[in-house]
Amino acid sequence: MDSYAIIGAVSVFGACLCMGIGSIGSALGEGRAAAAALQAMAQQPDEANRIRSTMFVTLAMLETTALYAMLIAFLTLYANPFWNYAINQ
Amino acid sequence: MLQVDFSQWFDLPQKGRVIGLNSFDTIHVLQYGDWYINVTILNSWVVMALITLIAWLTTRHLSTAQHVSKWQTALEALVLWLQREANETSGSRTNQYLGMAMGLFCFILVCNLLTFIPWFRPPTASLSTTMALAAVVFIAIPYFAIKNAGIKGYLRKFIEPVPLMLPMNIFSEFFSVFAMGLRLFGNMLSGVMFASILSAFVPFIAPLTMQTLGLLTGSIQAYIFALLAVVYSSSVKEEIVPEIITT
Repeated sequence: MDSYAIIGAVSVFGACLCMGIGSIGSALGEGRAAAAALQAMAQQPDEANRIRSTMFVTLAMLETTALYAMLIAFLTLYANPFWNYAINQ
Repeated sequence: MLQVDFSQWFDLPQKGRVIGLNSFDTIHVLQYGDWYINVTILNSWVVMALITLIAWLTTRHLSTAQHVSKWQTALEALVLWLQREANETSGSRTNQYLGMAMGLFCFILVCNLLTFIPWFRPPTASLSTTMALAAVVFIAIPYFAIKNAGIKGYLRKFIEPVPLMLPMNIFSEFFSVFAMGLRLFGNMLSGVMFASILSAFVPFIAPLTMQTLGLLTGSIQAYIFALLAVVYSSSVKEEIVPEIITT
């Protein structure tokens, strides 16, 4: 197996693992946050607008970790620095 | 020599080619010697021109009479909605955050909504645009903090709750804004990429559903970016001295 094949295989494998494992925590956290917000909205319908806008901001913040994972996955797939190293050798 | 080259731009979505991280920035449309204008800049100009045109056409005939044009009603509703949101979030009664929030919201919203035009590459799906927008917020945070609480109040934020947290606070100042730019970029890029990957497999109906979902995500992202800018800018407030009740 030459270095191209190794780098390619490890990149794809790493990107899949990164995306899969990285999104678990953020998905669970977003689910909990949304559940709590829905409960609060059901209990206090008057405050629903305010709770909803706060919920969106919180969800966006929770999403960030999954987006970092996605960025790393994209980096390993499309902007992998080791490709250039292998090509220049 | 001025060179105009749209060829790369047009054959990208048709082949369903999967696009890389910074590919929008590498597609040059206009070239003059060493100077070039890429798709991101061109599309930003298109969005800016569109917003300016709509705002100019609407505010040309403002009226308070009984007959109010549809556009004026729509824009008034938008401004009033965002004003309420910004004031509720920041807890300030003055509309000091409205200008920043409105500018960010309109630009990002129009960028994201125009993705349904087949050959439009949203500028927000390029890291350079989102980081520029994040830089605006990065400058706005100390501006509003110093305006509201003075330099002393702004610097006090860094040694709260204990002076030991100084490096952490400085890091979080940078990374909270950095994460904002990255979040918008990640969301828009994933939408564009998913649509292009899907259109390579199923070219006809299936990408439409994803594009529709992309419109929803795009509007929510615009709202979140504007709201987070307000949240971060209003994080330092004037010290509220409790009034001593004398009876």
